[in-house]
Amino acid sequence: MLNLKSKVLGLVAGAAMAAGVLAAPAKAQETIKIGILHSLSGTMAISETTLKDVMLMLIEEQNKRGGVLGKKLEPVVVDPASNWPLFAEKARELIAQHKVAVTFGCWTSVSRKSVLPVFEELNSILFYPVQYEGEESSPNIFYTGAAPNQQAIPAIDYLLSEGVKRFVLEGTDYVYPRTTNRILEAYLLSKGIKAEDISTNYTPFGHSDWQTRVATIKRFGSTGVKTAVVSTINGDANVPFYKELGNQGVKATDIPVIAFSVGEEELAGIDTKPLVGHLAAWNYFQSVDTPANRDFIARWRAFKKNERAVTNDPMEAHVIGFAMWVKAVEAAGTTDATAVRRAMIGIAVPNLTGGISTMMPNHHITKPVLIGEIQENGQIQTVWQTPGTVVAQEWSPHLEGSRDLIADHRPPMNCGNFNVRTGRCGGAQR
Amino acid sequence: MNASTRSGLDSGSGTLRPCSPPPAARDKDIGPIRALSAFLVAALAAFVLILAGPARAQDHAALVQRFATESFNDIAGAVNGLATSGSPRAAPVIEALRDGRLVYRAGDRQVFIRRPDNSFVNALTGEPAADVGTTRPVRLNNNVRRAIDAAVGALSLLHPDPARRTSAAEAVFKSRDSAALAALDAAIGQERDPRIRKLMEEARAAVVVANPQAAEADRIAAIGIIQRRGDQDALAMLGSLPATTPPLVREAAESAAVGIRRTLAVWEAGQNVWHGISLGSVLLLAAIGLAITFGVMGVINMAHGEMVMIGAYTTFVVQQTIRTVAPGLMDVSLFIALPMAFLVAGAIGVAIERLIIRHLYGRALETLLATWGVSLVLQQAVRTWFGPTNREVTTPSWMSGSIEIGHLAITANRLAIIVFAIIVFAALLLFLKRTPFGLQTRAVTQNRRMAGAMGIRTNWVDAFTFGLGSGIAGLAGVALSQIDNVSPNLGQAYIIDSFMVVVFGGVGNLWGTLVAAMTLGIANKFLEPYAGAVLGKILLLVFIILFIQKRPRGLFALKGRAVE
Repeated sequence: MLNLKSKVLGLVAGAAMAAGVLAAPAKAQETIKIGILHSLSGTMAISETTLKDVMLMLIEEQNKRGGVLGKKLEPVVVDPASNWPLFAEKARELIAQHKVAVTFGCWTSVSRKSVLPVFEELNSILFYPVQYEGEESSPNIFYTGAAPNQQAIPAIDYLLSEGVKRFVLEGTDYVYPRTTNRILEAYLLSKGIKAEDISTNYTPFGHSDWQTRVATIKRFGSTGVKTAVVSTINGDANVPFYKELGNQGVKATDIPVIAFSVGEEELAGIDTKPLVGHLAAWNYFQSVDTPANRDFIARWRAFKKNERAVTNDPMEAHVIGFAMWVKAVEAAGTTDATAVRRAMIGIAVPNLTGGISTMMPNHHITKPVLIGEIQENGQIQTVWQTPGTVVAQEWSPHLEGSRDLIADHRPPMNCGNFNVRTGRCGGAQR
Repeated sequence: MNASTRSGLDSGSGTLRPCSPPPAARDKDIGPIRALSAFLVAALAAFVLILAGPARAQDHAALVQRFATESFNDIAGAVNGLATSGSPRAAPVIEALRDGRLVYRAGDRQVFIRRPDNSFVNALTGEPAADVGTTRPVRLNNNVRRAIDAAVGALSLLHPDPARRTSAAEAVFKSRDSAALAALDAAIGQERDPRIRKLMEEARAAVVVANPQAAEADRIAAIGIIQRRGDQDALAMLGSLPATTPPLVREAAESAAVGIRRTLAVWEAGQNVWHGISLGSVLLLAAIGLAITFGVMGVINMAHGEMVMIGAYTTFVVQQTIRTVAPGLMDVSLFIALPMAFLVAGAIGVAIERLIIRHLYGRALETLLATWGVSLVLQQAVRTWFGPTNREVTTPSWMSGSIEIGHLAITANRLAIIVFAIIVFAALLLFLKRTPFGLQTRAVTQNRRMAGAMGIRTNWVDAFTFGLGSGIAGLAGVALSQIDNVSPNLGQAYIIDSFMVVVFGGVGNLWGTLVAAMTLGIANKFLEPYAGAVLGKILLLVFIILFIQKRPRGLFALKGRAVE
């Protein structure tokens, strides 16, 4: 009886001690929290889930190297569920409740526009990894994806150099395609393309019946003048679009389609044989053969425990953004948002395509531009690239109203939309 | 899955591993490729005789060495040069380039051909090369592909396979390469198939029209041949004449183009009707199950779209199983998927009816909310089970590509879906009109209490009717997996359209559903080119709202419980 009692007591004491031992270091060691704000359900889950995974991998690797400033990093994952207003709520939760030092997140422009006021109000930092339409530069957002002149404009230049004289601008009906196509129309007109040789069309998200559109494109392309399609179709509507192109026999050698939102991930769902030769413009392809990229793909596949996991451009943007943030925090010696924002500008890290990307004062990074052709195996092979990296023009010189604006977040200007003509800053200033 | 072809990095890296095609494809391909290569060599020999140009070894060496470059222009130039050089080694080199098997060693600019068994031969001499060291593939882009198409086209005009001769004639029609004229004349002389001979004559006409050296009268006569062809390619051909063309030829080309455009405009209307029928058949498939559940039972089933989605996922699972168990059955996988999808979706339908809906009969709003909840549960369950990303459903080979009827492009997958929709519609009609269960269903529809009094177990009829409607939605899912993305959200895209069709056609009337689906499909396709896809849909919705104001019971109103 007594024996049993003492045994029980001993067990309890032991458990308490064990708990104390376990709890002690957790309390003593403070972590740096990193917010991950990507949709894990809803329509955008297709694209954004991999970005969450790549962030988890980067954080795990950084922790193995000893963390940052001697502290471990702790990911805080929330799910805004492809619901744009929910993005703002979840951003507020990350910053105010979880006290994250930095957030990596968003895909669609509308979600970024939704969280922007939150990050500015609470003075926190967001890294945005996707190519977008430009016309924005927030002091609290670092844009690691491409601005139009780092993707769309060089793609048009490539087509023009290939002798294309007629353009179909085909897009999904929302802010990114509409803004990009406005820029491209202005650019094409300035390059001497006639207005009747440009046809612009928009379809809703998730459009699946492409018969009429593809037939119309075929007709538009049968005037004997070389025609190309510039596609800003977003999300999974691309799959039926390309299927229909294949079925109606639109070959890349007749009417090439150059896409700005189709990467290796999207191609994984299609039989790419009929699509060989269609084009994509990005700043990174999985097929780029550099030691850094080979290493990254190997790490990613090991992390996903999937020998066939594909990598894509926004993933590279997160790799660059995360490396920049780590460097900036180490340079600033703190995770304080204002100090890190100051330290970010000028930080340069190697990208995965063999170059160096630098954070410019406009909060955008320098990137190489690659034009690739889709291969039979679903990969995209580079056929043309800029000799070096390109500096982003966040305010397009081709649009009325944004032509006179510049962004420079360094003191003394500290402004995301400084009008050089009136000499005034039009937006948030810190 | 294109899993086994996904060896992306390898193609760019120094050591070459083959991007091997999936096993099934490999077995199929090797035969024709070998035959083709043997044939191409023979054809080229003939070509050499025609051109009577003896190859000079050093020219050939210089040409082959031009492949050892990263510049696409040089590669395309080398293809053109090689094709006209008359060298008997040209065909294997061009063919290897087309298949991505031409490689070069950067150091000494030696070019090799990688054979399917991964051994190498020297592209210059044709002799086996033992140790080639690190090589890079000669890269392709659209310019190079066009040059290859033109070269291979000129080389395979005499191919024994009619399909190859057809594509060769098309390739020459597009390339308009005057060097191919001699080969074309020889081929036209030999051709027995009148269709292919017509194509070759058109190709010849295209070469003549595009050739500035040809006599004006010949060129104008050739324009006549092109005008008779009358399709978009002919239009493109006539529009591509350079500004330096003599005015007489230009005028002839322009008036021919006007004529072609006029004919094509008529065909375009036909094409719109076809697209409309195709869209209508998709709407019919999606809505017909709903017409049953909504019509017979008055249940507003918001989870109907999810039954479609489950049918699509069943297709995916069936195909996955076939891929591992019996890859040879891939082409008939859809026929295996159909009964499976019907059973799976039907069973889930019965379960939903037994567990939830039967407690809510007569409470439309609660049913709507409960089934909406069920739809969310099903979506999230599928998302958890299969993952949020889209699943790839393979399209059987007989459902890809298109056939041309006149100037109508009829895509095979759409044609198959139209036929399938008609079959489902007819089968359902027969089932309801000619079977005892159909009789009971109709009895319950028309007067539930009376049917009950006659000894029909109305609640079992309800359950089976709901199962039937859901099962048909599952069938629709198999069809939709061929033209849309298989994702957890698949059903949401169709639920609104389905309700639109059912309400417009008249609740519970199958013929009404058919007429409504076709009307909406065709109207949509005629509006789309003018109004755009977004505005077109809005216009249709407005039209239906106005129509329902006038005729609240839709096109074909039914008397029965729905009236009560």
